[in-house]
Order: sequence, then structure tokens, then C-alpha cells
Amino acid sequence: MTQTLQTPAPLGDEPATVGPRRRSDRGPSTPPWLYAVMAVGLFLVVIPFLWMVISSFKPEAEVRAVPPTWWPETVTTENYRQLFTKLDFPRYFLNSAIVAVAVAVGNMVFCSMLGYALAKLDFPGKRLVFAVVLGTLMVPGVVTFVPLFVLTTNIGLTNTLPGMILPFLAGPFGVFLMRQFVMSLPDELIQAARVDGAGELRIFFSIILPLCGPAVATLGVLTFLTSWNNFLWPLVVATSEDKYTLPVALALYAVGQNATKYGLLLAGSVVVVLPVLAVFLMLQRHIMQGIASTGIK
Amino acid sequence: MSVTATESRRERPAQDSRPPKSRHVDPTRRSQAVAAWVLALPFCLLFLVFTAGPVLASLGMSFTDMRSTDVRSPLGVEFVGLENYADLLSDPVFRKVTFNTLIYLLLGVPLTMASALAVAVALNRVTRLRGFFRVGYYLPVVTSIVAVSVVWKFLLRDEGGLLNAMIGWFGIDGPGWLDSTTLALPSLVAMSVWRNFGTMMVIFLAGLQTIPREIVEAAEADGANAWGRFRHITLPMLRPTLLFGAVITSIGYLQFFEEAFVMTKGGPLDSTKSVTFFTYEQFGFGNYAYASAAAYLLFLAIVLMTLAQFRLLREKD
Repeated sequence: MTQTLQTPAPLGDEPATVGPRRRSDRGPSTPPWLYAVMAVGLFLVVIPFLWMVISSFKPEAEVRAVPPTWWPETVTTENYRQLFTKLDFPRYFLNSAIVAVAVAVGNMVFCSMLGYALAKLDFPGKRLVFAVVLGTLMVPGVVTFVPLFVLTTNIGLTNTLPGMILPFLAGPFGVFLMRQFVMSLPDELIQAARVDGAGELRIFFSIILPLCGPAVATLGVLTFLTSWNNFLWPLVVATSEDKYTLPVALALYAVGQNATKYGLLLAGSVVVVLPVLAVFLMLQRHIMQGIASTGIK
Repeated sequence: MSVTATESRRERPAQDSRPPKSRHVDPTRRSQAVAAWVLALPFCLLFLVFTAGPVLASLGMSFTDMRSTDVRSPLGVEFVGLENYADLLSDPVFRKVTFNTLIYLLLGVPLTMASALAVAVALNRVTRLRGFFRVGYYLPVVTSIVAVSVVWKFLLRDEGGLLNAMIGWFGIDGPGWLDSTTLALPSLVAMSVWRNFGTMMVIFLAGLQTIPREIVEAAEADGANAWGRFRHITLPMLRPTLLFGAVITSIGYLQFFEEAFVMTKGGPLDSTKSVTFFTYEQFGFGNYAYASAAAYLLFLAIVLMTLAQFRLLREKD
């Protein structure tokens, strides 16, 4: 495990000067058939998305047509109109956004603080804290949700947005990412600041933190995406419709009384998927580096 | 699990600008420790209350008879020892979901790893458009499982599903993929492989790029063919990455849930119900202790499997 975790390998689309061992510059030239295979494979991979977006603009009858159509014979935005007027999708969208932003900001703040302490400072209990945090990387959400539900019920947070946010504010993944990043910063930086008489906290906030920009951004994006797609806990803790997040609303509609409204469900899927695809495509370079260097999404 | 013990040792935040002299117990070390705990404390408190605490509470709960009616007074419940675990092992539904989860694991992990490795090896040979392909193949990973499950549910429909329409062009009459007790589970795995292989692809590609070109060239000069180079150079050198990938992928498949929730509701006839699904259901019935015990057995399985994979893949040299 450690090898993957500690060597941020150079990725394909960086400047050619980065990695001394990049094989693409010197390797044999790519056979043209490989491009064809890759292109066909890519088309197959994105077909579900294309079909989802295209079909969400079909009228209900056409979505259920046998045999199915590819291009819509009639283009309509009726599905979206219903989603945003008859169903409460603006509310779900807002809930999802609030929860995901809060979780992302919380992780950016708390994980970089602990990550720095673990990487560069000496303190009693350090090894224990790291071991415990690392140990819970393996704990599945299904193990904690029952006691968490009892806890949130007793402190009055069931069916509230804070109840959805608090359990995810401090995640082990972020600590890991930030610790790895801070360890790569030179110790001399901190030594020099100490010699100049800067306090320990000041060293963190005005010297280290500004240098952590890329890592903190990566962490923010990754935790935002994870939270946006999170399902089990919001499903458990949101007991009334006005607290649903998008995935919860979509899943419950898909298995509930709206299960037969295909066009509506497809439009709902587009609303859930499209924002994260947009965020991802804009920031994909950060995200890819984060995944390759820590090995965890 | 004794984070609390170390926490009691924390001291009050020191003044930022304490002169680094005139202290008998190494002042820099001391102010470092204080600052470290100030930085660590917010995370540790949240972590104790919302992660470490529930992990232990769940274990404790699994030895009791707690039900939803006991939520307001969790301490008033009875200790029943291993009764929940004994009941689980003789519960036919739990046996069924355990078997299903095992099949998810045994089908899903090799398929996900193999597709990821194949695409990564191909991407590593591509000189142009690599970034473009990598992003494209990675797209399914960032999307909500719930949303793509809804889409795949329609793609896999018997009448009017896109998949059956496409294989119909070749004269094959496709079945109702999600309506069959034998086909539903493999169909969910197929969709899950599609959703998940991108993560491993990126990790494997990063691993492939650390293999020195010189070794590959030396093997080529010695007359090794492409398969031989893959078998005797790429795979052995990629072992740590493969091990890591196997662990992460397995942990994912053992927690299989959302796909089955949306696409089949665990059916037909419980044929796609997983352990996580079972736990969620028992929670819904109000059987909190029983649900916790099931979750802990899953947790135990994850830990044991991870340790086994480390032994297997590491000691083969």
C-alpha cells in the first residue's frame, strides 16, 4: 500500500520535462488501430450518458416506445418543467448543494490542520491519532449508521441538514491526503520561520497553508463530489421530503409511486449527474492528480 | 481506541510569540506539542463523536436487544451476548445475502481490475489524446450511483430497452435482464464494473508510468514478445499497485447496495440483496441490534479479506 500512497507518479498530460521516466516520449509509436479501439470503447462507455440526456427531452410516450428511438421524434422540456414545478427538485438541489459545500469546507479546514500536525510536528499521542484515523479508512458506512441515527435522534438533529453534514465534516481520507502533501514540503521552511521567531500556529496559517493551495483544492473537489453522491446516510436521516438530497429523492421516486414516469426520472438523473460532470471536467487535472497520488477517491 | 487518554494530556494554547529560551523542558518541543494539539483538536473531537464513537457503539449495540423503541433510552436495553450473531448465522435471508455479496465480490473484483488494467495498458501506449481518453473513461466514476442506476434500469429493460434493441440487430432476442433470478445479479455487476473501473485505471496508469523504460527495452532486445513482457515485467512491477487496487475494489464490492436498491429493490426473490441491503432493511424494521450485528460481521469480513490479500500478494516473491 505504501508505495502507491507515497509516490505521486507523473501523469500523462503534464509538461514533458516533469518525469524522467515517461515512456511516451521515447516509446514505440502508437499503432493506429489502438486509437480506433480506444475510441469505440470510449463511445460504449459514454452511451448511457448520451442516451440519458437525449431521452430526457422525449415525451413520456416516446421514452417507453418499443422499439426505442435514439433521437427524439418530438423534443420537449416538459419533463424538466414537471421536475421543477410539480416536484420539489429546486429544494433537493439546494439541500444537496448546502450539504456538499459544508462538508467540503469542513474537510478542507480540519484535515489540513491535523494533516500538518501529523506531518511536521512532534506531539504526544501522534502515532496513536494517526493509527486510529488510518484504521477507520476501512470502516464501511453501514457499520456506523445505526448508532449515528440514535445519536442524532437524541441531540435533535434527525431530519436536519446539520445532521447530514456533521458526521462527514472530519473524514480520514482528507487527513491522509493533506499529510502526504505537507510531508513533501521542506522542513527548512519551518526551521527558518522558527529561527525568525514565528509562533507555531502562525507558521501553519501564514506559511504552510498558502503553500497547500493545490492539495486543499483537490481535497475540496473530491469531498464535494463524494458528498453530492452520498446516499445511505442522507436516506436514513432525512425523514421528510423537504430534507431530501437529490440522490435520495431520485432513488425514492424511482422505487416509489413515480417508478413508471420514465421521462421524469431520466430528467432527474440529468439534474443529479450534470453539475458534477461539469465540475469534474473543469477541474479534472486536480482530481486526477489527487487520485493518482493517494490512490483513493 | 484510547484517543481520550491522550487527549486529556492537552494543554492550554501557548502564546504565539513565546521566546524560545528560559524553560527547563525544551521550550520548542513543548510549544510544538501544544500547537499540534490545538490544530488536531477540532478534527479529533468531531472524529470521536461521529466516527470512532459510533464504531464502538455499534459493536456494543450488537450484543444487546436494542430496537427502535429504545432510542430515547439506549442504556435501558438488555445484554444478550452473542444471541444476535447466532440468530444471523441461522437466518436463511442472511445466508442468502451473504452468498450474494460473495458473488458480487468474486465477479466484480476480477472484472473491474481486468478492465482497468487493460485500459491503463492501452492508455500507456497511446501518445496523443491520452488526457482526453483518460478523462472520458473516468467519467462514470464521478457520477451518482443512484442516477446511473436509474439510467441503466431503463437501458436493461426487456421491451424497449436500448441493450436488447442493440443485440436485436444481430438477431438475438435479449432477456429481461433485471427480471431473472439468475441474470439480475450479473447485470448489476456489469453496471458496477462500468461505474467503477475508472478509479483503478487512473491508479494503474500512474503505476505503469513508474516502470523504467530501460527494463522493457532490455526485454525487447532479448526477444521477449508483448505478452511475455506484460507477464514477466509489467505484472510483477505493478504488484504493490495491484495489491492496493484489489483491496480498495474488494472493500467497495463488499458494501454493494445502491445499485440493488434502485434497480431491483433486492429482487427478484432476494436474488440481488446484499449484506448492506439486509442491514438497511433490518434498521427499517426497527431491529437496531440485529442490524448492528450484521454490519459488524461485514466489517469483520472486510478486515479479514484485507489481511488475507496482503499476505497472498505480498509473499509470493
